[in-house]
Amino acid sequence: MTTVVKGRGAPVAPPNGRGRRRDRRGVLGNTGLYVATGIATLLFLVPFYLLVRNALSTDAEITGENWKFFPTHLQWGNIGELFDDSTVPFARSLWNSAVVGVLHTLGTLLVCSLAGYGLARIPYRHADKIFYAVLVTLMVPAAVTFVPSFVLVSSLGWVDSLRGLVVPGLFSGFTCFLFRQYFLGFPKELEEAARVDGLGYWGAYWRVVVPNSLNFFAAIATITFISGWNAFLWPLVIGQDPQAWTVQVALSSYMTNQTVNFHLIFMATAVSILPLVFVFLFLQRWLVQGIAQTGIKG
Amino acid sequence: MSTTTTRGAARPAPAAAFPARPRRGPRGSSTLAFWVFTGPFLIGLLVFVYIPIGWSLWLSFFEARFTVTPDKFVGLDNYRQMLENSDFTGALVTFTVFAALIVPLTWAVSLGLALMVNRLRFMRAFFRSVFFLPTACSYVAASLIWKMSLFSGVRFGLMNTVLGWFGIENIAWLANPDPPWYWLVIVSARLWLQSGFYMILFLAALQNIPPELYEAAAIDGARPGWQTFRHITLPQLRATSTAVILLLLVAAYQAFDEFFNLLSKTTWGRPPLVELYYTALGQAQDYGAGSAGAVILTLLICLVTLLQGRFMGFGRRDEAK
Repeated sequence: MTTVVKGRGAPVAPPNGRGRRRDRRGVLGNTGLYVATGIATLLFLVPFYLLVRNALSTDAEITGENWKFFPTHLQWGNIGELFDDSTVPFARSLWNSAVVGVLHTLGTLLVCSLAGYGLARIPYRHADKIFYAVLVTLMVPAAVTFVPSFVLVSSLGWVDSLRGLVVPGLFSGFTCFLFRQYFLGFPKELEEAARVDGLGYWGAYWRVVVPNSLNFFAAIATITFISGWNAFLWPLVIGQDPQAWTVQVALSSYMTNQTVNFHLIFMATAVSILPLVFVFLFLQRWLVQGIAQTGIKG
Repeated sequence: MSTTTTRGAARPAPAAAFPARPRRGPRGSSTLAFWVFTGPFLIGLLVFVYIPIGWSLWLSFFEARFTVTPDKFVGLDNYRQMLENSDFTGALVTFTVFAALIVPLTWAVSLGLALMVNRLRFMRAFFRSVFFLPTACSYVAASLIWKMSLFSGVRFGLMNTVLGWFGIENIAWLANPDPPWYWLVIVSARLWLQSGFYMILFLAALQNIPPELYEAAAIDGARPGWQTFRHITLPQLRATSTAVILLLLVAAYQAFDEFFNLLSKTTWGRPPLVELYYTALGQAQDYGAGSAGAVILTLLICLVTLLQGRFMGFGRRDEAK
């Protein structure tokens, strides 16, 4: 499944008969391919262009008579203005998102990987019944049950709290399922060697299985963090007090505000996206690997 | 979901776990180890997934406004109320329209991108990254860019600016349901956000197609291009296509973020989850009706998943081998 990544290295014998195609269509076909790719690329980059342009413009430039391709003077001061703005607690919401994102990721990894390992590797009489009970929850998307979840969490008194944001999302049947599938394919010999050395399941898991699975953990961590950072419905339901907003809820509130400060709104969006874009580009290798590995089998 | 793998893995286990003498030692302790590993997750699953569903089922038979511990049993009234409510049934229609647009479009675009990227020889990683990058963006952020700039209904929105160059009047993309331009806004936003992710799935699948198939087809006289695509590539991608369509359908069913943000103050274009949000958490705080709605939606999605699994085989036959 790592072929996507390896494909970058331009293999000697190209798959899919690329050589044949080159003979028949020659340079013309190739040019067409690159033109089409170029157009698609431009279309895909338009939203990013708008984001950067507007974030670094003044309101006058954004709403001006003629379309201004890019601001004459980049307004870096918009960043400072954004954090001084008191109508939306933006800095606070960024902090909330960061804390929630990290706790959500670590918690999910810990809980779901342990369960996945237990289901995959530890013999128990009712293991398959329990596994079915996990699988059934995949049929019911978490988003559809947000009303009952809110009912439960509010009766626990967790509304507007970090616990309410993080804890209910930790128990993802899908992530557990992915870990189980992964551990089923983990070489048994490594664990057996560890057992011979006198380690129990627990020791073998932490000393042998986890250190040898870091790539997979990294992939799941990246996916989990991105989806946690970008989550909107649950934080919206839980964050009734602005102090408990995540960055997505804060962004959303800009759209319904009475006063519209275009440059601030776009700077806020840029600030919320850019760190993630960098994380994304940096970890893309693991992400692609993880998606190819899990998405297809799942 | 994949029943075959489950059994294969779990069957031999019990025999090994319970030998003739269940004494202390590494084997007797495996039951304990199982619960140590899975216990935290299973307790969480019980509390935060099973109990809410059960509670919701219970609430849906009661009159529960502003309270989650009601005492007035109303039988199926909440269900009747939801199914007779034109807003709720309208939301189901909205979902159907949305799914009919977004599922085939995303399938085609992501497959097209994958075919394109797969054929590139230079800068493949760069182009793949470009198409994949929107996956990092949130629906809220995309909604904001779409609503405030790209499809802004006023003169300085990008689309209206471009149309203006051709002498076309400004279009109120979101503020006017007739003609329903808002579908263009909503569908294009989601298309941009999710195509790259599914492109990655298709890319992986494309690279798993044995090159010999293409060689054999060429020998048999199949012309490269459409013929090969139609008779080799597409059938080979069947399992992936099925999975992608199912994932897209489930994702469309849960659409909330972009509808909520793009159409916040309008009454049209409300998909089921947005409708539910306003029913249960809006002014009325009607948890009974909201729960009934959630139960109806859950049943519908189970039905769709099962039907699709049956009709399209879920690509499971390949795995079973």
